[in-house]
Amino acid sequence: MALVEDIKTSAPRISEATPRDYFDLLKPRVMSLVVFTALVGLLVAPGAINPFIGAVAILAIAVGAGASGALNMWYDSDIDAVMSRTAKRPIPSGRVSRDETLVFGLILSVLSVMTLGLVTNWVAGGLLAFTIFFYAVIYTMWLKRSTPQNIVIGGAAGAFPPMIGWAAVTGTITMESAVLFMIIFLWTPPHFWALALFKLRDYEIAGMPMMPNVAGERHTKLQMLVYSVLLAAFAVLPWPLGFAGPIYGVAAILLGANFIRHALAVWKMADGDATMVPAKKMFGFSLTYLFAIFAVLFVETVLMRVLA
Amino acid sequence: MSENRPTIELTEAQQKARRKRSIALAICLAAFVVIFYAVTVIKLGPDVLNRPL
Repeated sequence: MALVEDIKTSAPRISEATPRDYFDLLKPRVMSLVVFTALVGLLVAPGAINPFIGAVAILAIAVGAGASGALNMWYDSDIDAVMSRTAKRPIPSGRVSRDETLVFGLILSVLSVMTLGLVTNWVAGGLLAFTIFFYAVIYTMWLKRSTPQNIVIGGAAGAFPPMIGWAAVTGTITMESAVLFMIIFLWTPPHFWALALFKLRDYEIAGMPMMPNVAGERHTKLQMLVYSVLLAAFAVLPWPLGFAGPIYGVAAILLGANFIRHALAVWKMADGDATMVPAKKMFGFSLTYLFAIFAVLFVETVLMRVLA
Repeated sequence: MSENRPTIELTEAQQKARRKRSIALAICLAAFVVIFYAVTVIKLGPDVLNRPL
């Protein structure tokens, strides 16, 4: 019988957790971005993959990403409980116990890596294993609470999915998949720091060293601008490198210019601004940006294949 | 003997939650089996029977 601890009395009680609570442990919203970017990586890679094998590969990558999310929630349940954004997660709200979450995360990690490795190849399987390790151990256990560079380095975990998708088809790591990796890697800091700017208080209460509360707002805004320029430049690369066409190239330039425009608005925002409207707008746009970049790459590739 | 042992009566909410968890687990297990069956057929095809005995 599944027992969970009562959060108020710490006495064991019988679980009322539903499948939905376990699904929430997988961070479904993060997972949707992982599924999408991995799918694009898989589709733009040269070579063919059986559609069913491709679908199973994407499912394995999604479950692996979800498993690392569960391990993150297991380790971070103490800080999740004090932050408004995360206080309703299954562990802090008392619906699932920490031990159950740990076991759930570990089992899904092993199953997803094993499935991806057996179904596609062990380069993809190994990359997925490394991604889970990187997110759960390097980011969650080590960097997140110790350095304001936490999300810069930790962002690599979120950047691996298109590379895993690519490797599932080709069995290799190439310059092209590294560019897709770099796009998400460079996108992560401005995306998260925009959030950290207007959730500053939350991170302070939780005692997490995010860039705005360690180095100050001014310094954070400057870094956001630098990363935005680098991102805009990197995102155009698939065009000259030849795995995307002019439609993507033009779209990447326009989207990148818009990204820099938002970063400039944040940079011009007065320090200590109470409403943080430009930061909120930039956070919203950054999600649209990443989705749009990968969507254009996806649509253009499919169009070219259909027309060819 | 068993009548002396304290038993736990599940509340309706607990029973309902347990039933939902059991069904979800069954669906996942069945899906896993189907996936590996289909992948085996796709990857090996007729060769699945072609092995030294």
